Amino acid sequence: MCGVCGCGTEAKIVGAHEHPHSHAHAHDGHEHPHAHPHAHDHGHDHAHPPEAQRRIRVERDILEKNDRFAGENRLAFQAARTLALNLVSSPGAGKTSLLVRTLEKAMGRYPLAVIEGDQQTSLDAQRIKATGAPALQINTGKMCHLDATMVADAVAELGPTEDGVLFIENVGNLVCPAGFDLGEAAKVVLVSVTEGEDKPLKYPDMFHAAGLVIVTKIDLLPHLDFDIRALVANVRRINSATEVLRVSARTGEGMDGWFAWLDARRHEVEEAR
Amino acid sequence: MHELSLAQSIIDLVEEQRGGEPFARVRTIRVSIGQLSNVDPRALEFGFEVVARGTVAEGASLAIDRPPGRAYCTDCSATVEIATRTDACPTCAGYRWVAVGGEELRVIDLEVD
Repeated sequence: MCGVCGCGTEAKIVGAHEHPHSHAHAHDGHEHPHAHPHAHDHGHDHAHPPEAQRRIRVERDILEKNDRFAGENRLAFQAARTLALNLVSSPGAGKTSLLVRTLEKAMGRYPLAVIEGDQQTSLDAQRIKATGAPALQINTGKMCHLDATMVADAVAELGPTEDGVLFIENVGNLVCPAGFDLGEAAKVVLVSVTEGEDKPLKYPDMFHAAGLVIVTKIDLLPHLDFDIRALVANVRRINSATEVLRVSARTGEGMDGWFAWLDARRHEVEEAR
Repeated sequence: MHELSLAQSIIDLVEEQRGGEPFARVRTIRVSIGQLSNVDPRALEFGFEVVARGTVAEGASLAIDRPPGRAYCTDCSATVEIATRTDACPTCAGYRWVAVGGEELRVIDLEVD
């Protein structure tokens, strides 16, 4: 069972090559504390003396383990000069379409790789692989988000994306992925023009965590009553620092701004060497 | 339902703690869930009950502290109390504030025997 996962099933990496690696994922140093309920069976339920009752101070972050893995992922990304981005949105906002378009344009310019997170299927990874980019699918099973241990395993499988960009496409969900650091340089939040201007107010944690907001499917604007300025104002209300881009992966409109943003972030990664 | 993952993490921390200071069972786990954290306390209680089954924490109760959200307003320089991320600064009505409290997710202590 994954360390922070409550579902009891391990997130599966759906590899291109189906060698059944037994996945005793060796994150050296820190053990994977399974809930081994070794029956320390005090069958005698006679009342313990009251002095046996005591209080133990813990004072530890609940997300400590995830954050430790996230920190290690971040160090590994820095060492390989990889720009790692965590793409989040509600289901159907166009994360995979944006990625496919991005890969088609940027392939050959610098190394690119994708980790795909979904509850089921490897359909998204197949779409990515069709562009020629290396992709790895994680099936989270019952889980509603990726966590840092899953990403650590996936990166170990995928190998480093040296001097390039690793896109981590999270499970489509505007709630849960907000709380889980994966070791990324930034969370990129997508919101499509068919979703309503009030999304940032309804899901403020995610928009607050955003390093970039991309408004997608802007080619549909002529057919909608969507007020893009109201959306941007709502984003600003939650997160006054973030940039907001407008993109259509279908027509390519606005893709230049996205590539410029990527180049600027890649430059920062190089500078941080 | 990321509360299920968080409940599992709480139990992992309890198990780790038991490795250092053995105890037979846990009566109460006191946790601090800040009001600006993206965690629903009722969902956490529910998730905890489910994942605690068969573990050392089975039957333990979760005592949930809810420290209030506190923010520093970058517009008016006031430190204010904030209930949600969509709130305006109560002194200047602006939205350019940064949270300085109420985001924590911590296990504080255990009552064991």
